[in-house]
Amino acid sequence: MTSAQLSAVRAAPPAGAGTPAPALAPAGRRRPRADWRKRGEIALLAGPAIAVFCFFVIVPVVMAAFYGFFRWKGFGFPDDFVGFDNYVLILQDPTFREAVAHNAFVVVASLVLQGPLAILFALLMNQRMRGRTLIRVLIFMPYVISEVVVGTGWSLMLQDAGAVNGFLEKAGLGFLAQSWLSDPSVAMGTLMVIITWKYIGFAVILMLAGLQSIPQELYEAAAIDGAGFWQTQRLITLPLLGPTIRIWAFLSMIGSLQLFDLVNIIWGQYIAATAGTSTMATYMYQNGHLSGNYGFGSAVAVLLFLISLVVALVYQRFVLRRDTEGAVTGPSGRAAGRRTA
Amino acid sequence: MTATSVAIRAVRPDGRPRRVRQSWGSPWTYLLATVLVAVCVGPVLYIVIGGFRSNAQITADPSGWPAPWVLGNYTEVLASSEFWVAMGNSTVSAGATTLGTVVLGVMASCVIARYDFVGRGAMYSLFAAGLMFPVTVAITPLYLLVRSLGLVNSLAGIILPQIAFALPTTIIILVPFLRAIPKELEEAVSIDGASRLGFFWRMVVPLSLPGVVTVGILAFVTTWNGYMLPLFILNDSSLFTLPLGVQNFASQYSVDTARVLAYTSLSMVPALIFFSLFEKRIVGGLQGAVKG
Repeated sequence: MTSAQLSAVRAAPPAGAGTPAPALAPAGRRRPRADWRKRGEIALLAGPAIAVFCFFVIVPVVMAAFYGFFRWKGFGFPDDFVGFDNYVLILQDPTFREAVAHNAFVVVASLVLQGPLAILFALLMNQRMRGRTLIRVLIFMPYVISEVVVGTGWSLMLQDAGAVNGFLEKAGLGFLAQSWLSDPSVAMGTLMVIITWKYIGFAVILMLAGLQSIPQELYEAAAIDGAGFWQTQRLITLPLLGPTIRIWAFLSMIGSLQLFDLVNIIWGQYIAATAGTSTMATYMYQNGHLSGNYGFGSAVAVLLFLISLVVALVYQRFVLRRDTEGAVTGPSGRAAGRRTA
Repeated sequence: MTATSVAIRAVRPDGRPRRVRQSWGSPWTYLLATVLVAVCVGPVLYIVIGGFRSNAQITADPSGWPAPWVLGNYTEVLASSEFWVAMGNSTVSAGATTLGTVVLGVMASCVIARYDFVGRGAMYSLFAAGLMFPVTVAITPLYLLVRSLGLVNSLAGIILPQIAFALPTTIIILVPFLRAIPKELEEAVSIDGASRLGFFWRMVVPLSLPGVVTVGILAFVTTWNGYMLPLFILNDSSLFTLPLGVQNFASQYSVDTARVLAYTSLSMVPALIFFSLFEKRIVGGLQGAVKG
């Protein structure tokens, strides 16, 4: 049921298009006479995209794997081959291990915080009410605003003499005032609040789409059988929302592993480590780019990629497998690049 | 018989009041929705309204209301060349990236969707695999590559990689659209004497316009908000895009909180206008990207 439903949904073009897609139409038949011409057209049409894509996406990734084996400042041809020394250095560096731990925490906390909240909000917005479109736009707003604006705004609000502490004092909750950003025991919590605020809209929109694809007849049947609201949600909504939840979780995890923008803007490159919010990507920026150690930085990039890949493959093998095949390289992994946490 | 009548009775009292609720719904729904919206919009409003206060007001009461409203921060930012230069750079960068992504993406998607040849599957997989390579992973060598091309500190140095990284999503969203165009249409056009390429420009592009608009908007918003790539590639403040401009302004005028707030809120205006104009397409595109 679930997988059939998912593949049915899949066959349709992106929502909002309005035109239903028939099952994959067989593409043009081979006509030997026009073969040379067809080849020329293919090269002309696909050539530029493949060239740009390979040159700016594939080549750098391959180069990262190559540079990672050298001690190299980024000038001339890398000739100081050091084997796996960079990797050994990185893995022995407690700062990097802390960064990995922070990433792991963000992965888990994002799932635990955003998942249930998003489902709850999507259920809420699936209720009959006026002004649903407006509410949808407003909830989605933080997702559309750039990370830099979000980071700058929040860091001003969260300063010691900022609006949040000021508001708490006015409300008679002055004892709750904190050094939200610099206190290592609070900073990670602060980051999670900001991440949740920024990305919950994305999760809600996905869940809402999932909810709206559940056939209404099931709810009618449940109502006839006398099921209560929460019983209906637990026995019908959650199982049928499963595929959506699993794909959202995948995107969320990959985004959390790549987390960079918000941390770098709010904490800068130096305070992040002491405040306990550094991530693998900020570690790479600081120790690879800013200090000019490009061999080392490339090795960090390779590790970051491998960790993401292992997580993606394991998740696909054990969780996504029941929804779809080829989720990582196939259609469902497709929005991965667009979400950041 | 009894069972049916019970069922009917169960539906009716349940069905009628529901139709009334369809128009308004329960007050709890509104209360929760209001709280949710307030949480989402609150920080944004704080930035916008904070820009209307003076620094003295902000120091005296960081969470207060403007009293009186000060327009000076906004007018100063709007009068500064710094803001407009960044705005111009962002417009050029996002515009060129969108154009390039759409043109290259439509062309490649046409090939994948409508041509039958060995390696078609491999081509699709190549772009699909690109989704596993976010900018974060490639950025360090990408910077070196761009530098060796002599494109560091030029907008072309961010536009080309942005096109490359936007292609996977573009192609994966567009291919189903282009496949959906009936084969018969292509045959009819070719009987009428049009070439295959003519068919693309006269039939395929107009018919897949909704998809093209969606991927164009996604590319535009992603580029407009992009931070990491410009951060690595652009060092010259006259080339900064808005995100870098905001960051630079915030550290340059760190004591002038009110002006930073004004600059920040002005910099999100274009994205918000764009978003409210195309909200359905952006949301639909994201939903479709995950589902379809």
